[in-house]
Amino acid sequence: MRKFIKGNEAVTVGALYAGCEIYFGYPITPASEIAHSAARLFPQRGKVFLQAECETGAINMIYGSASSGRMSMTASSGPGMSLMCEGISYLAGAQLPAVIVDVQRAGPGLGNIGPEQGDYNQAVKGGGHGNYKAIVLAPSSVQEMCDLTIKAFELAYKYRNPVIVLTDAVLGQVMESLEIPEHPFTPPDVSEWAVQADSKTRKNLITSIYLQNDLQEKHNWLLDAKYASMSVDAAAKNYRTEDAELILTGYGSSARIARSAVDALRAEGIKAGLFRPLTLFPFPQDELRKVAKGRKILVVELSNGQYRDDVLLHLDRKEFVPVELVNRMGGMLVTTQEVVAAARKMMEAVEC
Amino acid sequence: MLKKAVGFYEHFERKDGSKSKATHYCAGCGHGIIHKLIAEAVAEYGLQDDTVFVSPVGCGAFCYYYFDCGNVAAGHGRASAVATGLSRSLPGKVVIAYQGDGDLGAIGFNNAFQAANRGEKFVCFFVNNAIYGMTGGQMAPTTLPDQKTATTPYGRDVRKDGYPLKVCEVFNQLEAPIFIERVSVADTKRILKAKKAIRKAIEIQKEGKGYAFVEILSPCPTNMKVSAVAAAQFTIDAMEKTYPLGNFRDRSAEATPPARHDMAVKALDELVVASSAEQVDAGSFTEKEFKFCGFGGQGILSLGLVLAHAGNDTGRNVSWFPSYGPEQRGGTASCSVVLSGGEIGSPTVDKPDVLVAMNQPSLEKFAPTVKDGGVIIYDAQIPVEFELPKNVTVYAFPAAQIATEKGVPKAANTALLGALIALDLIGLPEDAVLTALKDSFAAKPKLIPKNMEIVETAKGWMKAHR
Repeated sequence: MRKFIKGNEAVTVGALYAGCEIYFGYPITPASEIAHSAARLFPQRGKVFLQAECETGAINMIYGSASSGRMSMTASSGPGMSLMCEGISYLAGAQLPAVIVDVQRAGPGLGNIGPEQGDYNQAVKGGGHGNYKAIVLAPSSVQEMCDLTIKAFELAYKYRNPVIVLTDAVLGQVMESLEIPEHPFTPPDVSEWAVQADSKTRKNLITSIYLQNDLQEKHNWLLDAKYASMSVDAAAKNYRTEDAELILTGYGSSARIARSAVDALRAEGIKAGLFRPLTLFPFPQDELRKVAKGRKILVVELSNGQYRDDVLLHLDRKEFVPVELVNRMGGMLVTTQEVVAAARKMMEAVEC
Repeated sequence: MLKKAVGFYEHFERKDGSKSKATHYCAGCGHGIIHKLIAEAVAEYGLQDDTVFVSPVGCGAFCYYYFDCGNVAAGHGRASAVATGLSRSLPGKVVIAYQGDGDLGAIGFNNAFQAANRGEKFVCFFVNNAIYGMTGGQMAPTTLPDQKTATTPYGRDVRKDGYPLKVCEVFNQLEAPIFIERVSVADTKRILKAKKAIRKAIEIQKEGKGYAFVEILSPCPTNMKVSAVAAAQFTIDAMEKTYPLGNFRDRSAEATPPARHDMAVKALDELVVASSAEQVDAGSFTEKEFKFCGFGGQGILSLGLVLAHAGNDTGRNVSWFPSYGPEQRGGTASCSVVLSGGEIGSPTVDKPDVLVAMNQPSLEKFAPTVKDGGVIIYDAQIPVEFELPKNVTVYAFPAAQIATEKGVPKAANTALLGALIALDLIGLPEDAVLTALKDSFAAKPKLIPKNMEIVETAKGWMKAHR
């Protein structure tokens, strides 16, 4: 079953198929269609939709509903994400499952509503205070806007952790064919930790405060161990990498442009391939190292090298792998030709 | 009065330190009394299994040490937002938000105010002691004029710091709240009145009637740096002048709990209607990239959508991407459409196989981007004062003229669709494209026959002139 649908709406479809019960949000371009479709569809499924007074309100409502164990989500874009960082830190500290979708726009500040990927560090490194990590998923098609939203709920409940679906204005606004998902996700029993106002959960407490330093440290070690354990869920996809000499890498809409560039480069005889992370935290480090060994890497992104820095961080320090960057910002997209030109230049440099 | 309330834990095991039966509050503080009144009310109504208590940030941050019910600790100022989330996800349950004057009156005012305005089903207990407690005696929004605090060492100067915030009076302007009352716990007489109001507010929750707000004036001897007796006296003598006690509103008798979800629940398949077309094999369909451009309002985006819909409904992978950012300025709109048998790379078409242009600026801009061997179709009305690319087949097609002659000048985009069909540039079955065109007029079915006529005329013209 295929539906021709906007990326933002595919997020809502994914959420409903995942069994999401509650949407709290605040309008912001270019993420608003997620709220629009949720406002239309959630009530028809007997689910809750509420427009909050601001993103701070929305994320704290999520904190409340996630405390009850109910599957909850919100969506926003850069300026709204900045406001939500407070609540995401609390969600992480209190170990609550929630899904937050960031349809990235250009920044900093008000910026504009064009596509950019400048929220990478905010999402992946933890934009709020304290030692925490959100799980970050990176869809690069309308299909994945849906599928990774479902995956986000799975991981949120598996780890009791906030999950950010990090997407961008291209993927939010583009319409593509969506294969309707088949297997809904059933959340595990949450009565062990959730607060549901019943006798079973009466003694449960949701909090992120540990007044004694040693207990707060213990909590941090526990979170740290949890974040380390997430590496089993790191995922990436490779395209034409088997015999590649040059690896293009990018996530989200950048990966789509890079994919076209791979085909264009192959057509002119340059053996290029694409490494595309599906999870940005946990980062698919092993997969990257495997594919990067003995090759050159060209990073494609719509930000100032934030993703490139992570690629460098995750490469094997014992191996030398040349890494270059081709990027645009401010709502400007990298063209396939720009990527091809940068790749050509990099491969010419080999021959010198 | 001295007996521990049933609603409390027997031992406060969550509390740090050894005194597991004593509270963490200072001597003479009002919080302990307020806690007891709430715990008693919850227990007396038999609601402990049905209640979630939301602790704030401030001295009340540790409410969960004491209350034997479900507990959630909120961030600073966010208790009302968190209580909203809980209340919406636990219909029929009792949710209590407990907030201080800095928490509710300053950092979280909008969250509390908007929750009150929505008539959220929870009770908010607002403890007003005219000063920040936990943080170390700074000015609160409710600090009285000339009152000295850590951040108003010369007294609160109303010309600089503004006036004491009267939250009950503000909330009383809202339609939704069921119950609003200001009470005090400064002496026994007042405590008994406070007990009544707190019980009423809990009862309203038990009955699911709506939002209740109880402001409680409470002494803070530690941060006022006075004795317990003097702090209580300050609460009575000074605070009540600015914050008069009394009931502002009690609509509990007439209030009935409204049902929030009265919409018929549908199956997912019913809501997300999809096409049952099988996906076409990658090898049997050559990828085609289109760029449609023109002025906003010429139907450029919908022309692209018709193609994309037709592609989807015949099992092709399709992408449709509207113009974005700087491209949009000057009233020019464009969209990229890719039809493919396989996975689509970039949905933003930089080098189209087919360019359809409806105005001069976009023709001039995009013509040089068309692939060698590609096709440009532009409206014949566009004056071409620039060189069009070689190695590209160019058609000046009278789209606007055909549409105008058929009496629907706005349907020039439909005429262009006819031209695309006639030149077999889409690569999809004609009936699928025409079905998608008809579907695009689902909201205005009267327009369908005229548009079909325009398609036929356009096809005829193109076949005669190609």
